[in-house]
Amino acid sequence: MWTVYFKEMLELLRDKKTFIFTILVPIVAMPLIFAGLGYLTSTMFKKSENAELTYTVLGKQYSPSLSARFAREKGFREVTLAQPDAIKQAIDDDLIKFALVIPPDFEASLEAHRQTPVALHYNNAVTVDLTKKRVNAVIEAHNAALREAALAAMKMSKAELRYALNPILLQEISTAGKRERLGAVVGGFLPYILLMVCLMAAMYPAIDLGAGEKERGTLETLLLAPIDRSQIVLAKFLVLCTVGLASALLMVGSLGLLLALFANRVEGGLALMVRSVGVGDLAMVALMLMPTAAIFAAILLSISIYAKSYKEATGMVSPLMMLVIVPIAVAMLPGVELNWFWSMVPLTNVSLAMKELVKGTMDYRMFAAILLSTTLIAAALLAWCRWWFNREEVLFRA
Amino acid sequence: MIEVIGLAKRFATAFHKERRTQQRDVREHDGYFHAVRDVSFQCAPGEVLGLLGPNGAGKTTTLRILSTALRPDAGSATINGLDILAAPLEARKRIGFLSGSTGLYGRLSARENVEYFGRLHGMATARLKQRCDALFDQLQMHAFSHKRADQLSTGMRQKCAIARAVIHEPQIVILDEPTTGLDVMAAKILLDFIASYKALGIPLIFSTHHLHEVEKLCDRVCIINHGLAAFNGTLDQLRHLGGSDDLYDAFVRVIDEEA
Repeated sequence: MWTVYFKEMLELLRDKKTFIFTILVPIVAMPLIFAGLGYLTSTMFKKSENAELTYTVLGKQYSPSLSARFAREKGFREVTLAQPDAIKQAIDDDLIKFALVIPPDFEASLEAHRQTPVALHYNNAVTVDLTKKRVNAVIEAHNAALREAALAAMKMSKAELRYALNPILLQEISTAGKRERLGAVVGGFLPYILLMVCLMAAMYPAIDLGAGEKERGTLETLLLAPIDRSQIVLAKFLVLCTVGLASALLMVGSLGLLLALFANRVEGGLALMVRSVGVGDLAMVALMLMPTAAIFAAILLSISIYAKSYKEATGMVSPLMMLVIVPIAVAMLPGVELNWFWSMVPLTNVSLAMKELVKGTMDYRMFAAILLSTTLIAAALLAWCRWWFNREEVLFRA
Repeated sequence: MIEVIGLAKRFATAFHKERRTQQRDVREHDGYFHAVRDVSFQCAPGEVLGLLGPNGAGKTTTLRILSTALRPDAGSATINGLDILAAPLEARKRIGFLSGSTGLYGRLSARENVEYFGRLHGMATARLKQRCDALFDQLQMHAFSHKRADQLSTGMRQKCAIARAVIHEPQIVILDEPTTGLDVMAAKILLDFIASYKALGIPLIFSTHHLHEVEKLCDRVCIINHGLAAFNGTLDQLRHLGGSDDLYDAFVRVIDEEA
């Protein structure tokens, strides 16, 4: 059996395609993509938050104080339009980002303690509306000043003032630690990546090990070697397990390394979480990955040995990807938490368990149950794969 | 000595609605396709048996049964008295099998390909090395033994496949259409190999469509048609049946008679 195992491993290591998919993608490409994407998002946000906003105020004379406040604000630049009425045109031509229109009776209306509108013209066809947010902040500051002046005129103390503004104050007291909150976010995403990498890495070798042998015409010779077919299955299965697991573990390792190296550069909470996820938790994530990799290996091998050619195998494996995504995605839905019901759903339970591990709130009885059930499923699938491999209809499919 | 008596093998067929309207193969009934119905032959040490027959006659199925890849539904096969059905693993150690469609592992070198099968046959390292060296000498393969198999020419691959098939010093050799699709020189490598094994006194069975190969190498002939052994005897008996020295006439006559 080990003869077959080592020969398959040797062959895989010599294959550039497998090498790229199992080693390079999880170690280098994936973390780079995540880090790059994260860096890009944060810098883009910062940039547009600080970007200069050009604007114009129509009816400036009706409220010198408000327009003065905008003029004082950093990152805002007033532009005087040649044709004051063509606001839409000016915004479309990118001369200004927004325009404020102050009505003639502005000050008088405020004096009379009436709510007074100011129109904001801008293009809000964007996913993240930063213009409105920034204008709102300035208006809010002006509002606060006006409010305070109005209430002070009523001769109220600071405490009464607070009561008048917000009679009830909602106090947020989070029972979750920082790790738990961030863990829910990161931990929800981690199993998705890990399981996908685990499946994808084993996919190409699986096709090579089954359908590939048929297509090259080496399967017949292999079957005629004086070793039991079960041993051939076991060897090939172990190869796929090794590849899938190695790939997923390499990715955990490289992500961990990346975070450790840049821990001081990421935000406080995340760094705290990274530090609090100990070696023990990571080992348990790895432990959870083992039977999962075995499930993938058994299914992939069964499909691959049934297929007559690479082409057929690829066609049959693609739907499997979609099928695997569903239970993993279910784990990310709101309300789906690790309880005894979900811990019995294959793959979903593994995803949920990984999330709990990262959050640091794992129920270890449940962990044991999930590990056991996943192992049993993997064993059953392997047994089925073995039976499948002994069928002449499968091996010599015409 | 190879003895095969009354082999039969059927495969489950997919159910087709239009099957009734079409002319059915005589071998297809009860939801099964009876690929091999009754095939018997024997091959003594030093003899070469040629397996002839039209495409789809059941030659490959017969040879696959003999090589233990498939299990027959009826009949028996023995190699030097060893029942291959009772002890397939033991039998595989004594069989060298090579088919025309056999490939090599492209990412392994020629030598690694051969050694891999040697190890699968449980050969000790020292013996494997010795045997490998001898075979590579005999087939003049040293020049490319470290090249990857997917970079080899057809002739080189052919030699490699031969070496792989006999690395474990089999007691019988089975070749399934070994020369199909080969050019003259690549086929010659194979025919020379068959002749050398014949000289060693090892029983050898090969299936082919080339009558000149039969004429050149075979002592005995078995013609299979529709899964039945339509002729089983020596080359001279077959010539006699055809009434001329030309094997072609005899072959056509045997097939026609059956039909």
